[in-house]
Order: sequence, then structure tokens, then C-alpha cells
Amino acid sequence: MILLIQYTLVFTSVLMLVALGGCFSEHSGVINIGLEGIMVFGALGGALVMKYLPVGLPGFLFFIICVCAAMLAGILYSLLLAVAAIDFKADQTLVGTAMNLLGTAAATVIVKAINTAENPNNPSSTIQYIAAKKHFLFVDGYEFNWFMVLAVILLILSTVILYRTRFGLRLMACGEHPQAADSVGINVRKMRYAGVIISGLLGGLGGLVYITAGVSEWKFENGVAGFGFLALAVMIFGGWKPTKIALAALLFGLFRSLSNVYTGFGFLNSLNLPSTVYNMLPYIISLIVLVLFSANSAAPKAEGIPYDKGSR
Amino acid sequence: MQKSPNRESLLRKPGFQTLLASLLCIVLGLLVGFIALLIINPSGAGEAIMDIMRNFLNYSKRTTQIKNLGNTLVKTAPLLMCSLSVLFAYKVGLFNIGAAGQYVAGAGACIYCAVGLGLPWFVCMLASILAGAVVGAVSGALKAYRNVNEVISCIMLNWISLYLVNTLLSGVKNPTSPYTYSVTKKLVTVDGVQQVVDHPQALLPQLGIQGLFNNNKYVGLALPLAILLAVCIWVLLSKTRLGYELRATGLNKNAAKYCGMQDRHNIVLTMAIAGGLAGIGASMLYLTGFEDWSVTQSSVPGMGFNGIAAAFLGGLNPIASIFSSFFIQHITDGGAQLDKQVYPAEISSLISSLIIYFCGFVLFFKTSLNRWLDRRGEKPLTDKGGKA
Repeated sequence: MILLIQYTLVFTSVLMLVALGGCFSEHSGVINIGLEGIMVFGALGGALVMKYLPVGLPGFLFFIICVCAAMLAGILYSLLLAVAAIDFKADQTLVGTAMNLLGTAAATVIVKAINTAENPNNPSSTIQYIAAKKHFLFVDGYEFNWFMVLAVILLILSTVILYRTRFGLRLMACGEHPQAADSVGINVRKMRYAGVIISGLLGGLGGLVYITAGVSEWKFENGVAGFGFLALAVMIFGGWKPTKIALAALLFGLFRSLSNVYTGFGFLNSLNLPSTVYNMLPYIISLIVLVLFSANSAAPKAEGIPYDKGSR
Repeated sequence: MQKSPNRESLLRKPGFQTLLASLLCIVLGLLVGFIALLIINPSGAGEAIMDIMRNFLNYSKRTTQIKNLGNTLVKTAPLLMCSLSVLFAYKVGLFNIGAAGQYVAGAGACIYCAVGLGLPWFVCMLASILAGAVVGAVSGALKAYRNVNEVISCIMLNWISLYLVNTLLSGVKNPTSPYTYSVTKKLVTVDGVQQVVDHPQALLPQLGIQGLFNNNKYVGLALPLAILLAVCIWVLLSKTRLGYELRATGLNKNAAKYCGMQDRHNIVLTMAIAGGLAGIGASMLYLTGFEDWSVTQSSVPGMGFNGIAAAFLGGLNPIASIFSSFFIQHITDGGAQLDKQVYPAEISSLISSLIIYFCGFVLFFKTSLNRWLDRRGEKPLTDKGGKA
């Protein structure tokens, strides 16, 4: 049972962080399909830092550096979307899809290049970080880590920023009606850049949390297995609102963690279902949720539409 | 630089602009790929990028070249189907990122029908069309009736299809490897004991085409069939009433509805056709026996995603995508030619994903080009901003 709680909380943190990222981007008016790719890059940034940073560093400092690296990698990668979607008015779905494919491909190339440079007979795309991971945990042997605390802090921060600050309200105005926002002197371009960059920051961090969830090495060929899209489903289910997103993430996190721990439950074992059923579960649940909650969507009205000063 | 009016009008042509834009995407994609190679190991980078672009031409013997060209073409056929699937849906305003999952469903259906049920090839092919169409139609129905974003539902269905097909094909798995039995075998139960017997009827007919490729036994019906289907899709989209209706629905759902078209019905139909195309693509590869399915694979095959690259590189034109599919497959196979101890083969997927990324800029490129032509003022403002 404690295992289930651990994994649920880990996966909830991941989904919540990434979904909040998507939430910021969409509220500014840019659909961020590329969250998956951003997660991969954040994970790569974090993993490389974990690989090269001396393990002897104080735990807290180590943690902070890893988090910053992941966020930075996510931000840099998200600029690909920002430039294409905001300055070049590109099709956001197309660019996002390209970013997802590019994220996995580029990360694989980078990791393989590093591995083969170290040892020509090791053309794998795996990075190991067993020793480094210990710094993230509260108690040895349990999967409770500092990321969960960080996720809660960022959740509160996001809610406050979105609803209680001038910046947040302006950001949301750009996603609802950019022309109106522009007419009162808000710089739509800047706001949209901010939205995408925040989504890069949160998505990148989410990627790092994901690859440290219960494992201590990561094969970058596999990307993040559709987690960026699960996060988008969480965001839609959460109605683009941070607090609801947190609850939605909790539900999804629970189902996702079942595939890791179902063997520990007598009654689940006795059902004798193949493991693929548990692997499929989060995706099936999210489809069902989308079916139930997409009809009356509360999506920002101007999302996905490039801002054109000339149009009404 | 001097430009004659004749050249100017050529630059104005939407078709020529699309070609120009696609070539630019390729050049940029290769350039960034080359830079990546340079960073990994500067000394061999020039040779490596040439290796990727040469692909089968890397072999010195002409007969081997031809045979390997055949191998590339074997995988071009399914890629072409996936790209048709993507472009068909895109013309109707739907982004079919689910081609990958529909392809997986098609693969599962045809392999199971061949090995598990011992059916002949045309039945297996029909089964894969059907399987792909069902998966596609689910996304379409969710979009049409429940307003579910097709991109997200497609991704979820990709993973669901992958796990379902792995489960299904575990039933026809070779006990000594993670792969299924070859489609040339079938499982029969004699007196309660399962036996493996030969079953060549599941292979696609070769039609003598293999002779052109130095008896590469994998080349056959798939190639002409894929090209024929590309032409059919072109005819369907641009010459028929149904195609017109579908495109109208894509351009403006409400206007189409107002004109008496059944917009929801059209969306489901489109996704079903797109899914069927991706599904038949899978049968074009797996029914040649070129590859077997690994039931332990934990990532969705890249064919469907490469189809997105091929579709957009071809400027969303079915005929052009024949060539763009060949190009994408050519560099994908070319990546496998690299020395794995120095360069990762994924450089090719890096290049094709970069090509998709740059395709996002095509519209901007065209409007800028037209604006530039307008500014030169040698021609009056006509047919501005033609969208492919």
C-alpha cells in the first residue's frame, strides 16, 4: 500500500507539473502539443547533470542544480515552439508534433554520442544515475522525494500567479481575446513568449521527475511514453484551472502507478489480468475522461490562432 | 540578380513555391543533421552525411545496389500509405498523428490472420484495412460527436493499439525469440498439439517485379499498389464530389453543414479512410516477410510518424508524396549505413523530424516570397498566398 502511495504521488507530481505547464501556454494562446518533447529535453538536461556532477556535493545544492538544469533545458527547447508559433505563425500542431519527434531523436543522438565517445562498444541510449538519485529522497528506501514538495509549491505559485497577479491576468487575456488585450497596451507577443517559456520550465522539470520515478537509469530511445499527452488530458480534465488540474493529476497518477505495483495487491493479482491491461489503463482512462469532459470545453478561446494585429 | 518576367511568373506558381519550400526544408534538415555529425566527430562528418544520402549507393557492386534499392522500396510502400493517411486527414482539417497506431492495428490484424488463422494474403490485407479503419473511426467519432481533440485521442489510441497488438500477437509468438512466427508459417492444432506448418499463401504476390531488383524476394505487389492508391487518393480528393465535400468540411465545418453536408459523418468517414490507408500500409510491409513483429516492443513504430514528415514534405499532394516518401525512407535507411561506433543511426530520425519542424515555416515562406514579389512590382497583385 505504501508503495502505491509513493508511486501515485510521484506520477501525480509529474502530471501536475507538465499539465500546469500546458495550462500556462494555452492561457497565453499557444497550444503546446510539444510538451512530450520538452519533457524529454528536461529529463536529458537533468540526467546529464546527475551524470557529471560530483556526487559528493551537499544534497540540497545537488537537487537545486539538477532542477535548474532540467528547467533550463526545457525552456531552451520550448523556444523552438515559441519562435515558430509566435513569430512565424506556424501551424502549432505541426510544430508541436515535430518537437515531440525531434526531442526523442535528438536526445537519443546526444546520449548515444556521449556513450560511444566513452566506450565505442556501448552504443546504448541509457544514462545511469543511481548514486545521484539518493540526494532526492527523504528517507532511504522509499520513493518519497523532494520533487513532491517542489510540485506543491509550484502549484500554489501557479494559482497565485494566474489569478492574483497582473501578469497572470494579462497572460490569460492574451489567450481569450488578444486583440482586446493589445488594445489596452498589453504586448501579446511578449505574453505569449512568457506563456511558452513557463510551460518549458514546468515541462522540463516534469521530465526530470518522471525519469527519477522508481528507476535509476533511463533509456532515452523510449522518450517519455506519451506522458506529455497524458498531461494534456489532465489539463483538459482539469478545465485549464490549476487546482482542478492537481486533482485530475492525482486520479491519473493513481491509475498510472497501478501498472508499477499491481502485483503487490492480492485482489488485483487474483483477477489474473495480463500486465498489458495495466499498461493500457492510463491511456484508456484518459480517453474516457476526454469523452466525458471535452463537449463543454473551457479552453481559452484564442488558443492555436496566431495573433494577427490586422484581424478583428 | 536579373529575373525575366517568365521566371517571375514561375516563382508565383503555388506548385513551384511548394517544391521550392520542400527543397529548402530538406536542405535545412540535412544542414542541421550535418552540424550534429560535426559536433559528434568532425573528422568523419562529411563522409557520414554522404553515406546517409547515398544509402544503397554505398555498395560498390551494382547488383547489390539494386537489391538494396529494393529493400528501401519495400519500406517506401508502407511509408507512402502512412503519408497518404496523414495528408488525407489534413485536407479535411484533421491532424492524424494516429497513423502510427492505425498502422500498428493493421500489422496486428494481418499477422494474426496469416499466422494464427492461416488465411490467404488478400484476406489478411482486408483485415488490416479494417483494423486500421476501426481505430481511425474511433478518433473520428470522438472528434465529431464529443469534441475530443483528435491529436490527443490519436496518441492515446496509439498506445492502446500497441499494447493490444502485443497481447494479441503473443498468441503467435515464436517461443525461442521475442518475435512472432514469420507470415510464411501458420499454426495448426493437430490432435490437441500445436504445430507450425508452411503457409506461403500469406505472402503478397511478387508479380515478377522482384526480377527488376536482382531477385529481391520482398519486392512485389505492394509497390505498384501503393502508387495506384496514391493516384486514387489524388482523384478522390480533387476530382470527386465526395472529395470536394470532405475538403469543404475541413475548410469550414459550419459552412459545409449549412450547405447540407453531413459534417460529423464526413469527419468519421475521413478518419476511417485515413486509418484504412495506414492499416493497409502495415500489411504491405509485414506480408512480404521483410520483418516480424516483436511482441515485447515498448514504443510505437516510427512508420506513422515518418508518414507525417513525408506528407508535409510532399506539400500535401498525393503524387508528390510518392517522391517525398521515397526520400524519407532513403535517408532513414541511409542512417543505418553509419558506423555505429561513431555515429548513432538516429541521425536520420533527427533529420526527418527537423524536416517536419521546418515544414511549419512553409506558409510563412510563401507569404514572404509573394510579398517580396509584390514589392518588386513587376506584376500586378494576382493570386496571392496560394496555399497548397
